[in-house]
Amino acid sequence: MHELSITQSIVDAVCERAAGRPVRTVSVRVGMLTAVVPDSMRFCFDLTTAGTVAEGAALEIEQPPGTARCRACSKDFTLADLVLLCPCGSADVEITSGQELQIISMRVG
Amino acid sequence: MCGTCGCSGGSEGGTGTRIAVPHTHPHDGDHVHDHTGPHQPVAIRGTADGGETVTLEQRVLAKNEDLAARNRSWLAEQGIVAVNMMSSPGAGKTTLLERTIRDFAGQRPVAVIEGDQETMLDADRIKRAGSTVVQVNTGAGCHLDAEMMRDALTTLAPVSGSLVLVENVGNLVCPALFDLGERSRVVIISVTEGTDKPLKYPYMFAAADLVIINKIDLLPYVDFDVTRCEEYARSVNPGLRSLTVSATTGEGMRDWYDWVAGQY
Ligand SMILES: Nc1nc2c(ncn2[C@@H]2O[C@H](COP(=O)(O)OP(=O)(O)OP(=O)(O)O)[C@@H](O)[C@H]2O)c(=O)[nH]1
Ligand SMILES: [Mg+2]
Ligand SMILES: [Zn+2]
Repeated sequence: MHELSITQSIVDAVCERAAGRPVRTVSVRVGMLTAVVPDSMRFCFDLTTAGTVAEGAALEIEQPPGTARCRACSKDFTLADLVLLCPCGSADVEITSGQELQIISMRVG
Repeated sequence: MCGTCGCSGGSEGGTGTRIAVPHTHPHDGDHVHDHTGPHQPVAIRGTADGGETVTLEQRVLAKNEDLAARNRSWLAEQGIVAVNMMSSPGAGKTTLLERTIRDFAGQRPVAVIEGDQETMLDADRIKRAGSTVVQVNTGAGCHLDAEMMRDALTTLAPVSGSLVLVENVGNLVCPALFDLGERSRVVIISVTEGTDKPLKYPYMFAAADLVIINKIDLLPYVDFDVTRCEEYARSVNPGLRSLTVSATTGEGMRDWYDWVAGQY
């Protein structure tokens, strides 16, 4: 369950920045092409925030969809999974979004 | 036993060096933080209810990635090649390592980092094969990370020019996300696991530099399709190289050794 260590990293970073102030909301960006399951992340968030300044905070998860650009036909298209195949048949594609794993912001005070 | 809380650090017994992974205690009121990394500028915005929005915009795994980068440059300075070996449980990682160690004896110094949730069993096998080894027990953790890698390298103290083989925890999901600072990543799949493994675990195959198909001595007895498996793997990672071996009979191992030589 890598969501546990990932969520722990988020909570550590957030608590450090909060510098003792209570954290109300944490916003993160988890792309659809990452191996991170949002529901597991929520579960781990409640677990890892317990006893910290972020206890009871809401977790907002933004999920950018997978997109790619084909180097053969230069079209942009949606990627439902990691299979790198353009509708034109070319496998020479570049992932342009969906792999984000970032902390966006938090609300404190 | 853990020095912080006195909890059991896992099963005892066995020989060799073991590192119990430092674990955090989320319910301790006072959090300890290290302040090694530079702090990024923080944008703060007031809101109507008296709260403030603090913009962070940082990578979640920034700390691990920074540590991995430090491991990577240390290894490069020493001329050491570290290879992160990943697979599902039982694909044959330890068997492949044992044979590699025996075949490299007298040619290239090999050191091994063994990641398992519990026990020293694999480390004992590696030691018997003739290599120095550090066992990292991750406990509930399902992967190695860059901090464990740094600690293991410190304990292992590999000589310059050596080959460091890292046996990650048997798992085809979690280890793909955590950079250790290795030179290259190898995913091992055995022919008893099914041809469609690369499609079921695409993240691991997308992150790999080489796929080793192991246990080919069993091909006559299973319906595994090597060519199709390689096609599936390349559908998520077009440049992925692959080779086929039997770690028990030794068939194909020459290709693996050539690949290792090519990493220097
Ligand atoms: N027939 C055959 N059996 C193999 C081969 N390689 C490994 N095995 C067997 O597969 C079983 C598991 O091998 P290990 O080397 O312990 O596998 P592992 O990936 O290290 O396992 P974990 O550390 O538990 O994840 C053992 O019984 C090995 O003897 C092979 O090439 N052919
Ligand atoms: Mg093993
Ligand atoms: Zn196209």
